[in-house]
Amino acid sequence: MTNTPPVYMDNNATTAVDAEVLQEMLPFFSERYGNPSSIHNFGGGVGKKIDEARCRLAGLIGARPDEIIFTASGSESDNTAIRSAIATNADRRHLVISKVEHPAVLNLARHLVTGGFRVTEIGVDAMGRIDLDELSSSLTDDTAVVSIMWANNETGNIYPIERIGALCRERGILFHTDAVQAVGRIPMRLSELPVDLLSLSGHKLHAPKGIGALYVRRAVRFEALVIGGHQEGGRRAGTENVPGIVGLGKAAELAAERIPIENSMVRALRDRLESSILASCPDVSVNGDPENRLPNTCNISFGYIEGEAILLSLDIHGICASSGSACTSGSLEPSHVLRAMGVPFTSAHGSVRFSLSVQNSDADVDRVIQVMPGIVAKLRAMSPFSPEAPYFQNASQDTCPSGGSCS
Amino acid sequence: MWDYSKKVLEHFLNPRNAGEMAEPTVVADVGNIACGDALRLYLRIEDGIITDARFKTFGCASAIASSSVLTELVKGMSVDEAAGITDDDIVRELDGLPEAKMHCSVMGCEALAKALALYRGEKPAPEDSGRIVCRCFGITDNKIIRAIRDHDLTTVDQVTHYTKAGGGCGKCREEIAEIIRYTRADMAARAKRSSQSPPRTNLQRMQQIIQVIDDRIRPSLRLDGGDIELVDIEGTTVTVALRGRCAGCLAGAVTLRDVVQHTLREVVDAAIEVKEAP
Repeated sequence: MTNTPPVYMDNNATTAVDAEVLQEMLPFFSERYGNPSSIHNFGGGVGKKIDEARCRLAGLIGARPDEIIFTASGSESDNTAIRSAIATNADRRHLVISKVEHPAVLNLARHLVTGGFRVTEIGVDAMGRIDLDELSSSLTDDTAVVSIMWANNETGNIYPIERIGALCRERGILFHTDAVQAVGRIPMRLSELPVDLLSLSGHKLHAPKGIGALYVRRAVRFEALVIGGHQEGGRRAGTENVPGIVGLGKAAELAAERIPIENSMVRALRDRLESSILASCPDVSVNGDPENRLPNTCNISFGYIEGEAILLSLDIHGICASSGSACTSGSLEPSHVLRAMGVPFTSAHGSVRFSLSVQNSDADVDRVIQVMPGIVAKLRAMSPFSPEAPYFQNASQDTCPSGGSCS
Repeated sequence: MWDYSKKVLEHFLNPRNAGEMAEPTVVADVGNIACGDALRLYLRIEDGIITDARFKTFGCASAIASSSVLTELVKGMSVDEAAGITDDDIVRELDGLPEAKMHCSVMGCEALAKALALYRGEKPAPEDSGRIVCRCFGITDNKIIRAIRDHDLTTVDQVTHYTKAGGGCGKCREEIAEIIRYTRADMAARAKRSSQSPPRTNLQRMQQIIQVIDDRIRPSLRLDGGDIELVDIEGTTVTVALRGRCAGCLAGAVTLRDVVQHTLREVVDAAIEVKEAP
């Protein structure tokens, strides 16, 4: 490990808390620690900072402050949204999601199947795009909620939220979107969109971990997940995470200013990184939809070598990225997103995701470009596979040994 | 991030003996690219001594490090010495592996066993045969049973860590639990037996044969919709009839030899011959 600070290109996993965000949060740990529910001014005054944070966040996503509920995470927001939607539509027992949802939605939906719900998982094409006709024809009078992410964490793909929402609204079906990766990276005005419920998370936009929010459009019926005190208007019990809320508010204010930078500077950095790797390393391909992608994300498959080995090699150079390889996940199968796209296992195992932020620089991109060809060449020299010998000859091993039931 | 030992990282960054070998005596391929790791082991064997070993590995850091130490271990060994190397030896050389990565050391050991079998002109080791339990990774019951015995495994997760079985779609996890149950019952019975004093009488041998068929062989066949009936025991000759889906199955003869006879020989008496009832 070198002594220079890391080149951090894993911002879809989490981001650094912005220095200004931290400054704004600090007084609320030790000086202004009052409970916003208290009658005395010491606590009650804190409530005004929560109101301010709510306004700032509402401003970022083009919503009204009373449509924002603070939660502890994106996952909590997803769970609250979907469980509220089915609780307030008790006669409906069907959910529609996509195969590429975050586990917070995917595993919740699969869990609900055990409670008697039917779940339709909409597939994606080779570029990770969903088929709107398939989505439309999956909607029934029994459908309680559709949950499709705004942007995918692994590929960065952006989904046609406005059109999906319109399809749902025509049918009188609630529409939830997990916008954890999208908020703060692309502009959005929820007041003009057919979105009923939206989840977001602080730590993806330079606020701390442990704070999230749920947008619930006015007039959408809502049932709380966490029952208890009257906090958040009775919609989410539990004493407020005041420093987190204040931090998310400040981060939202900063993000609103920086979205243009995401879509100019960050996009240019990402594009240069991607095109340089494609030009300097043979047998690589980009995963995702190049036309409709977050400006910060780039997912590249390196043929014939394995993702964890690439990540560890990058780590030696102080470069942080992530992979859809099985070996990095603790499971033994590669990313469900890449599998849903039909990316061959051979490419999925060698996939690397670089996700940038406004804190990255040209020098960061230079460093990755400088070391990447050498890493790839070293691992390829060690690999038994190559374009000339893509699998072992003594068995039909380009797919699963048993004929591919896992694909 | 995995908590790798310094030794694993060192062998990953500076692998020994990586790359192709010109004119090897034997080459063994194990694993495959779809499953996420694969190893090609090259050995040069002269006068029964492994004079050179090289590898090519597709896989994570622990797979590459396991291959690297394996080649270091076997160099200079006789074929017989090398045959005694276990996956535990590889793990020890690496100062340990995270449990979820144990299958990397197992892969190294499999490549070595396969290379030595090829050199000796033998058939593949028993774990290559048997019934596929995990369809995602093509793992057989024999390989699972062997991992349970060799490493004293008690949970499905442990079996997954050592063999990968059950780590894909997860549909075979219940079946793996069943294999753990009967393998451990069998291990316990053997431990009890070995603490008892030989010699066995004919009657004891008969009782044992019945018990092994009931506790171990029948549950395994039933998972495939088959069954077995004990027809006769005469000395060390055991006559059985295969029932259910095993009856008339083309693999019946293989089942008799590899499953029934192999198990009875291993557990009860090496002299046992299994015949199918006419």
